[in-house]
Amino acid sequence: MTGVLVSTTINGDPVQFACPTDEVLLDSLRNRVGLTGAKEGCGTGDCGSCSITLDGRLVCACLVLGVEANGREIGTVEGLVENGKLHPLQEKFIEHAALQCGICTPGFLVAAKALLTKNPNPSEEQIRYALAGNLCRCTGYDKIVRAVQAAAKEMRKK
Amino acid sequence: MRYETPTTTKEAATLLYKEKGQAHVLAGGTDLLVRLKMGTIEPDLVVDIKHIPAMQAISKSATGFKIGAAVCGAAIGEHAALKKAWPGVVEAANLIGSDQVQGRCTVVGNLCNGSPAADSVPAMIAAGAKAVVVGKDKRRTVAVEKIVTGPGKTSLAKGEVIEAITLPARPSNSGDAYLRFIPRTEMDIAVVSAGVNLTLQRGIVKSARVVLGAVAPTAVLVTNAAKAIIGTKLDEAALEKLAAACSAACNPIDDKRGTIEYRTKVAGVLAKRAAKIAYQRAGGTL
Repeated sequence: MTGVLVSTTINGDPVQFACPTDEVLLDSLRNRVGLTGAKEGCGTGDCGSCSITLDGRLVCACLVLGVEANGREIGTVEGLVENGKLHPLQEKFIEHAALQCGICTPGFLVAAKALLTKNPNPSEEQIRYALAGNLCRCTGYDKIVRAVQAAAKEMRKK
Repeated sequence: MRYETPTTTKEAATLLYKEKGQAHVLAGGTDLLVRLKMGTIEPDLVVDIKHIPAMQAISKSATGFKIGAAVCGAAIGEHAALKKAWPGVVEAANLIGSDQVQGRCTVVGNLCNGSPAADSVPAMIAAGAKAVVVGKDKRRTVAVEKIVTGPGKTSLAKGEVIEAITLPARPSNSGDAYLRFIPRTEMDIAVVSAGVNLTLQRGIVKSARVVLGAVAPTAVLVTNAAKAIIGTKLDEAALEKLAAACSAACNPIDDKRGTIEYRTKVAGVLAKRAAKIAYQRAGGTL
């Protein structure tokens, strides 16, 4: 394989991988780094299943080239767990049964975390707008919104 | 595919100029990477402009604001001074895609992609925005309405890149607004859109620019619509004339998202609503 060496930081850890210039970051993460949390739904930035953060900004990993990650900081769903403990969003998604097939869940978790970082106390409308870039074909969104509200409440206590 | 990360605009322009094969600029990539995935483009060279300092910032000076070509939509929305001066431009830029897309997309990308329905374009044209175009040997400043020449087509020569968008200094009592019609509340492509920018003097519209999107091959600057409201207090008669001028300027397509008749009618309705918002933002009372 002719590849470019990419040095990046993923969930706080330095990571290096080599990838072709036309490979999207989603494929690099899944196939080269072994982080399969981000999922490919549409591959064209419509469904949000591959949501990650790049230098703190929420993006779709399918719309980023792997080589663009050089020198940048990536956050994935795998980074939500701290010291073996699930993130409050993950806890509340389980508690509220905010998932069925689970393909969209990592994307929702990363997007919801990005929202709560900016706005710890969002209204239901703000949550729905912020998660408009994440598609779920199972739950009908209501349980997801309730889970995010419950997690936000829990996180505000801390 | 060669991937380059120049650190000056001139270097980017030279790379693009010298490439004999297919060359593309990568800013946010929210259009480019989709086309790459679909196989509609097979670039020999991709020039990532995000390492060019002149393209990374929003700056304010006596002559107005400058938005670097690599600044993403989310950063535009976070800029309080820009939002205060040009709320219409900012709301238009923030309507592009989801939060995920906002983290990457740029207004210059939105412009150069050449979609007739691009959200930020009517608002930028209404604002009198200019594009700073850099070639390998010279720079020029061009009105935004001169950039797109048709769907997917621009007036940029081989090797030319847009470094930034400038917005003029704002006289007091000015306001702008952008509205689009989509069949749902979020994440869709404009069926019709309207951007209005105006300046008042004692409640009377002194100057105005009215621009429509998604009703013609490119965004349309409707001078007759501006004329209809200049010298008025945006009374009902003036608004009716504005709507009629907008509908008359439409040359839309007929598709599943909207018929010609529908788009023509809604263009007038949206222009009226956007004008009212701009008028109130300029300090006028309706």
